[in-house]
Amino acid sequence: MTTVAEGIQYEPVIGLEVHAQMLTESKAFCACSTQFGRKANHNVCPVCLGMPGVLPVLNKKLVEFIVLMGLATNCSITSRSIFARKNYFYPDLPKGYQISQYEEPICRNGFVEIDLPDGNRKKIGITRIHMEEDAGKSIHDQDEDTLIDINRCGVPLIEIVSEPDIRSAREAYLYLSKIKQIVTYLGICDGNMEEGSLRCDANVSVRKTGDEQFGTKTEVKNLNSFRYVEKALEYEIHRQIDLLESADHVVQETLLWDADNGIVVPMRSKEEAHDYRYFPDPDLVPVVVDEPWIAGIRERLPELPTERRDRFIEEYELPRYDADVLTVTRDLADYYEAALQPVKDGKEKSYKAVSNWVMGDVLRVANERAIEMDQFPISPEYIGELVTLIEDGTISGKIAKDVFEIMLEEQKSPAVIIQEKGMKQVSDTSEIEPVVQEILGKYPDQVAEYRGGKTKVLGFFVGQVMRATKGKANPQIVNDLIKKSLDAE
Amino acid sequence: MIAEQSDYSFIRKRLLNGDQSISSLVSDYLNKIQEHTHINAFIEVYDTWALEQADAIDALIRTGSQPELAGMVVAVKDNICIRSSKVTCASKMLESFEGLYDATVIKKLRDAGAVIIGKTNMDEFAMGSSTENSRFGVTRNPRNTDHVPGGSSGGSAAAVSAGMAVAAIGSDTGGSIRQPAAFTGVYGLKPTYGRVSRNGLVAFASSFDQIGPFARSVYDIALLLKIIAGHDPHDSTSASVPVPDYTGQLTKKIAGLKIGLPDEYFTDDLEEDVRPAIENSIQKLKDMGASIVSVSLPHTEYTIAAYYVLTTAEASSNLARYDGVRYSYRAQDAEDLTDMYTRSRSEGFGEEVKRRIMLGTFVLSSGYYDAYYRKAQKVRRLIKNDFDNVFSKVDCIITPTTPGTAFRLGEKIDDPLHMYLSDVYTTSANLAGIPGISVPCGYDRNGLPVGLQILGKQFDEQTLLNTAYALE
Amino acid sequence: MKVTIKDVEYIAKLARLEYSDEEKKTFTKQFNTILEYIDKLNELNTDDIEPLSHVIELSNVVREDEVKQSLPVEEVLKNAPSKTDTFFKVPKVIGGT
Repeated sequence: MTTVAEGIQYEPVIGLEVHAQMLTESKAFCACSTQFGRKANHNVCPVCLGMPGVLPVLNKKLVEFIVLMGLATNCSITSRSIFARKNYFYPDLPKGYQISQYEEPICRNGFVEIDLPDGNRKKIGITRIHMEEDAGKSIHDQDEDTLIDINRCGVPLIEIVSEPDIRSAREAYLYLSKIKQIVTYLGICDGNMEEGSLRCDANVSVRKTGDEQFGTKTEVKNLNSFRYVEKALEYEIHRQIDLLESADHVVQETLLWDADNGIVVPMRSKEEAHDYRYFPDPDLVPVVVDEPWIAGIRERLPELPTERRDRFIEEYELPRYDADVLTVTRDLADYYEAALQPVKDGKEKSYKAVSNWVMGDVLRVANERAIEMDQFPISPEYIGELVTLIEDGTISGKIAKDVFEIMLEEQKSPAVIIQEKGMKQVSDTSEIEPVVQEILGKYPDQVAEYRGGKTKVLGFFVGQVMRATKGKANPQIVNDLIKKSLDAE
Repeated sequence: MIAEQSDYSFIRKRLLNGDQSISSLVSDYLNKIQEHTHINAFIEVYDTWALEQADAIDALIRTGSQPELAGMVVAVKDNICIRSSKVTCASKMLESFEGLYDATVIKKLRDAGAVIIGKTNMDEFAMGSSTENSRFGVTRNPRNTDHVPGGSSGGSAAAVSAGMAVAAIGSDTGGSIRQPAAFTGVYGLKPTYGRVSRNGLVAFASSFDQIGPFARSVYDIALLLKIIAGHDPHDSTSASVPVPDYTGQLTKKIAGLKIGLPDEYFTDDLEEDVRPAIENSIQKLKDMGASIVSVSLPHTEYTIAAYYVLTTAEASSNLARYDGVRYSYRAQDAEDLTDMYTRSRSEGFGEEVKRRIMLGTFVLSSGYYDAYYRKAQKVRRLIKNDFDNVFSKVDCIITPTTPGTAFRLGEKIDDPLHMYLSDVYTTSANLAGIPGISVPCGYDRNGLPVGLQILGKQFDEQTLLNTAYALE
Repeated sequence: MKVTIKDVEYIAKLARLEYSDEEKKTFTKQFNTILEYIDKLNELNTDDIEPLSHVIELSNVVREDEVKQSLPVEEVLKNAPSKTDTFFKVPKVIGGT
């Protein structure tokens, strides 16, 4: 993006640091549960409490999860990576240091691709991804004191640091969405920004378009929802451009996004400039990820969102829009593909028809009820069957909507529901013909209109016959029979 | 009174003969501690609990079981955690702190039937060489109460030396077991780094600290090591190397053993008074068929400097947890959080601890890391390489444990650098991660004990024990 | 002089320690003596030497991802200088984080 102000074009330069909380059962360096929402200080043991004499022991799953993420983001995996201590004092940091990685992080030099609004793809470089432990919670809303909860201390995080390749707030949003999509596809993080399982800080600077050098950057923290990321960055970019335009300069500082007022505010701090005194943690030994281990982890790598989207377009001949929507989450894409099972020997038409059902009624209900796809009441195969039943003429599309509503409540297959409720479409002409004759006899005026050339009334007759058969008559056959009768004389 | 000058073999024989119960043995030792309060070896004596432990083991013995360490009455340095018991590290900072769990060594000792009789005095957070830096007062050397017992495990050494316990457990970061063992005339072993679990040992410098035993005989040292050594899933740096039968393989046959004498350890720094006892022992080993060769450890003169950079750096981080939030001393009426931190730490820590935290913070701080910390890590490798080279030629190394015998109380307390330099012969083993034992080998002209140090290859404690055994 | 009183003040602040003005002077002197001694290390050329962090060769010491019982909250808070039923209490942070 370039922003034009007073004839000078400016270009923002953004890098994101994303923290993702890993979905392990136990903490990174002790066996306490990572369960969210427990009572304060109930998921705590001597190790995460930082008692004298305790020692950390690394959770193997954390290594496997981060390697999975590294592979999914095209990183090279460091064969021998080490842990470091990041030293600072804060009451929710029991040991007075955070176990993290500094030199020799486990994943380096990767990238992800984002789809720009103009249809082009752009690579965003990933500098590094490393393991670290979360801190606890300080609760400041008391009058006198601050309350400390250690539960979250030691919960495993990965930090994904991007290159300063992002050039607009929109791109930052797309990048973050892509990261969320990947971690949820991998099943290593639930991606929930509101609950803090995904957190984002941004480094922002602007420069005159064409300049080689980066401008002075600020760090914007507290971007704890997808909505805010774009808003906050837009704000900060314009704030910096305004400063440069007014011949002022950007101060290198840390800013907090104030969502209530829609502004960034400098983080007030009595602390000295950060001097974290990183050094290798003597209590933890190197992590050596050799080829066989990587190969084992690679086998567990699922198809990633972009690949899957492209395959949907290719294999199921879906429009790009459909493929995008259906692959937003792994669960939804899985649902769609499971729904295809009953129509697999069918044609492309069925693939699109299933897509319409999933993107339409299924997603509508899921959104209305605010449920995840794995809790959706209709099993995906039934959606496929439903489409098959429409296509083979067993039911009409209209009846299918009714069947869908019943399936939501009764969790039965569409065939069973149609059977039980007698919803089968009637295609037998000998059953429909008497109804047609009855209706034509009931409306002699309209018959005359038709025969006088006003053929539009055909629709009226079809509607009447459908109503009389409670929607079960095959509309095409009804149409044909009425036309035949009217044209006969 | 059997405690006087008794080692464990003697005690065990009497127990098995039914001549004495463990509870009466423990009573004897409790009395002995009472008689020696002027030494101030203990921070806490478990009068009641020790007898309860003894009763439990007596009961076990009556059922026909014979725990391996039945009758082993052990004093434990007060930087090792025991559940529901105070762990002070001789600091105001932890004056009222109670452990929430047992250190792995405590579990192992108790499972083997040992009785823990009390917690011993030490230099605050194991930082010191004289046991003068203690919140609970100085410990005196039982051999001459005007002198220091050495440190930092001075209380443990004094307890064993004066017969207040059969054996003791200490920790050694730069000589804190071997130096006090030498000063008080007992055996003290620092095992290979990773040989004994550090779980439950309050950390001073994590990549240096090791727990080890004090005792009155080599056999007792071997027995205790056999019990406390081994891999621990709670300590990532504990080694999976199998634990040999140290007592079963104990032998005085050392003919053919190749012993190195490092030139750099037999210089003018060595007090004249210490030299004869050492040389006498070397001659004995020669007479028993060992071959003595002179070797060189060229980076010896850099050990103290590297040691102080690295250990203080680790300590500055390890001691950050003492902030007055979750446990530990908190200053009253703080204005705000930073004030609470600063005052709690300034009031809770003693001078030497603060000095080391300051030094460690400095060497890690922005702009100095490469020049000090990383540099010292590189020198650490050079020092380790020195030992690797020498151990490709000899089976073990013999040096004096200390340049001199126990110094007088107060003699070095105001001169930190001078105090640091008294660790000159012991710090190298911690830098290289190798085992070292101090063996009593005679007396100086004032009757103060002289210690001889044997250093060996990583995980080859057996050679140290056998060489010490040959000298016994 | 390697370090000044100002450096000592900075380090003390980082370490959350404080010294009186008198102590600062003594300390700065002591500190310089020790640092001068440590400067010995610079006599050695270590350009091609790898720093040594662990004296024994170990790697991949890991545990399986299994949850074990945490401590009862009374134990967690047992040694706390100031607490509520379930929280540790500290004085307010002045001036943000």
